[in-house]
Amino acid sequence: MSGLQLLWFILIAVLFSGFFFLEGFDFGVGMAVQSLTHNENEKDQIVATIGPVWDGNEVWLITAGGALFASYPFWYATLFSGYYLILLMILAGLIVRGVSFEFRKNVPAKRKQFWNWTLSIGSLIVPFFFGVMFISMIEGMPIDADGNMSATFGDYINLFSVVGGVAMVLLSYLHGLNYIALKTTGPIRDRAKNYAKFLYGILYIGLVAFAVLMYFETDFFKMHFATTLILLVLMVVLTVIANVAVMKAAEITTFVASGATFVALVALIFTGMFPRVMISSISSKYDLLITNSSSSPYTLKIMSYTAIMFLPLVLAYIGWTYYVFRRRVKHAPVLETK
Amino acid sequence: MSIVALGRFQFAMTTIYHYFFVPFSIGTGLVVAIMETMYVITKKDEYLKMTKFWGNIFLLSFAVGVVTGIIQEFQFGMNWSAYSRFVGDIFGAPLAVEALLAFFMESTFLGLWIFTWKMVSPKLHVTFMWIVTLASSLSALWILAANSFMQHPTGYTIKNGHAVMTSFSALLKNPQLWYEFGHVIAAAIVTGGIIITGLSAFQLLKKKEGNPDFYKKSMHIGLLVALFGSIAVLTAGDLQMKALVKEQPMKFAATEGLYKNSGDPASWTLVAWANENGHKRVWGIEVPYVLSILAYDEPSGSVKGMNAINKQLVKEYGNRNYYPPVNTLFWSFRIMAGFGTLMLLVSLLGLFFTRKKNQLLYRQKWMLWILGLCTFTPFLANTTGWLVTELGRYPWTVYGLFTIKQSISPNVSVASLLISNTVYFLLFTGIGATMISLVVRELKKGPDYEEKLDEEEKRAAKIDPFDKEAFE
Repeated sequence: MSGLQLLWFILIAVLFSGFFFLEGFDFGVGMAVQSLTHNENEKDQIVATIGPVWDGNEVWLITAGGALFASYPFWYATLFSGYYLILLMILAGLIVRGVSFEFRKNVPAKRKQFWNWTLSIGSLIVPFFFGVMFISMIEGMPIDADGNMSATFGDYINLFSVVGGVAMVLLSYLHGLNYIALKTTGPIRDRAKNYAKFLYGILYIGLVAFAVLMYFETDFFKMHFATTLILLVLMVVLTVIANVAVMKAAEITTFVASGATFVALVALIFTGMFPRVMISSISSKYDLLITNSSSSPYTLKIMSYTAIMFLPLVLAYIGWTYYVFRRRVKHAPVLETK
Repeated sequence: MSIVALGRFQFAMTTIYHYFFVPFSIGTGLVVAIMETMYVITKKDEYLKMTKFWGNIFLLSFAVGVVTGIIQEFQFGMNWSAYSRFVGDIFGAPLAVEALLAFFMESTFLGLWIFTWKMVSPKLHVTFMWIVTLASSLSALWILAANSFMQHPTGYTIKNGHAVMTSFSALLKNPQLWYEFGHVIAAAIVTGGIIITGLSAFQLLKKKEGNPDFYKKSMHIGLLVALFGSIAVLTAGDLQMKALVKEQPMKFAATEGLYKNSGDPASWTLVAWANENGHKRVWGIEVPYVLSILAYDEPSGSVKGMNAINKQLVKEYGNRNYYPPVNTLFWSFRIMAGFGTLMLLVSLLGLFFTRKKNQLLYRQKWMLWILGLCTFTPFLANTTGWLVTELGRYPWTVYGLFTIKQSISPNVSVASLLISNTVYFLLFTGIGATMISLVVRELKKGPDYEEKLDEEEKRAAKIDPFDKEAFE
């Protein structure tokens, strides 16, 4: 295994972490539009908190996909063709959610409710199926000698993958609630915190179920006992921190902790798979490995230069955007966007 | 139906639909940037009104363009996994770079542009829009670098049955890339100019249009942009065609419906119909000399026909059918070039008849109708242009290296493809219908909508929506 192969394995994990950390709260806010608010004004208010940033946050996914294609074409090909219908659901969710932002502010008042629903449902579908995909992936999928996956319903949808999907939804929703608490004023801010306080109780149960299923359904504890255990414990610790912080109304700490939970989860998945990138349930001979599914050293080198040159710039202007929009949203920005 | 046929159908449907909105948003984005720049320079409110009004239509097209674009990146892996494995070492890099260099910039600065009207100086605000326009053009550059490799592979070697990159700069120096980039950007500029011209014309046709000056001024800017773009698109297209004669002779011969070698000088076929199974032309009307001029810039030189090229390709690459769908290519090319020329004429005459001395156009309804109907022509020209480029590469995905049949995902079932085709079709229909109804609604509201609002709403609009800082 070359240093560049390892670097890109880590970078892909970083890109997915960035995606869930940032887009995670967009999904949460999207779900909250139909579940947390009491009136149209509050819906507009919370949508305004993510208005300037959600599209940029989604680019983390596009970059992760592009980087996967460029640095690990065999992983990309196996994963994307194998998870055909799951990815179709994710795409459908992203599409309806994406247009909902623009459509809900332009349609006549009586149609607005429809696009509020598509926003919420789309925001729920995407994290659910990402959870299903990543968890069934680490359980191992029927991948043959040519790297082609021919899975059946039970391979995709089973107890652990559904728990994974629900956990993703719950984490996104909590992350969104924490973001709303951080970025708004008024009654919605308190309501978001109250919801979060309640849901953290449920998340503990979910985390225990997740850890137990991981022990029985994957080889993570056998392959990487120490890192798996440490990262699972870290997820619990971060949840406790977030839970305590939400009680103490330390909004920044809560938000950072819930975001970091996603990072720990992605790290758990990637370290557990290492040095594999796809696990074959047919035979370990057919596992896709970091060493045999990456691009050529030349391509990886070019990609590394590009990333080193431009990633700091990208992070700088993204950071600046969050600074520009650092203030809390008091009420819906009437005509602000027109 | 075979998975290859269903996969090709999906690629055609999703890319054509996506590409309705790409030149739409790049082009109208540019015009909006120009309008806002005029506002910053002249400080006239009418330009601010234009920026916001057309900006909203730009945002609608941008939103649909973004969401349909994600499908494209996923589609290669989902439907064309064998292709992805074969070419990923080369093809993935421009896609990743596109996201890193262009998409982040585009989305971040668009977010800033939409939400900082009251927060930053007008100069900084218009800079955001120019950065968005620059980023959109950059994204076109990178995705076309990927496409150009498929059309004309450069800087690679074949290793263990896979294409491996040997030179990244060769990917960017690919002459095909710069023809395509010039052509695509120029066409996007025409699209933006013509859409704003055409929609303004429809508004001016209304009996009770409250603010005709607004649309006259918008139309003027639209026509100027369209004229500039039209000249550029014809130049780029001409250069691209001359390269095609050498690089992809089969595509060129097919767009000319030429089965037998032409005479010298070669005559150009205005209209024709081919018997594709019999490999011969059924009928056609020819214009002498013109094809030689189009191909070589001089009134002499013959052009090879498809039958001779097919023989040559069989010798070079083995026994298979190398004839692309001739009638589709022939007519697509004529629709594209015909509408391209029409848009040049329309923008030229449009400017002539709206000049200060004689504003005949505003009094002649039929002229306004022509401009209005032109709104739809860039969509047809853009689509047919890509049909020529992509179908003309038949039977290859990567020219000379990898065929369409080899490219399909072997593990994807007919059922999965039928489901995904249906899902996309339904989503596209719903989104398209909503999009059109919202553009119409925006036009009905008109540019003075904000001024007509109730006093109370106006007061609410002035209140700063932001409270104290969150990260304190």
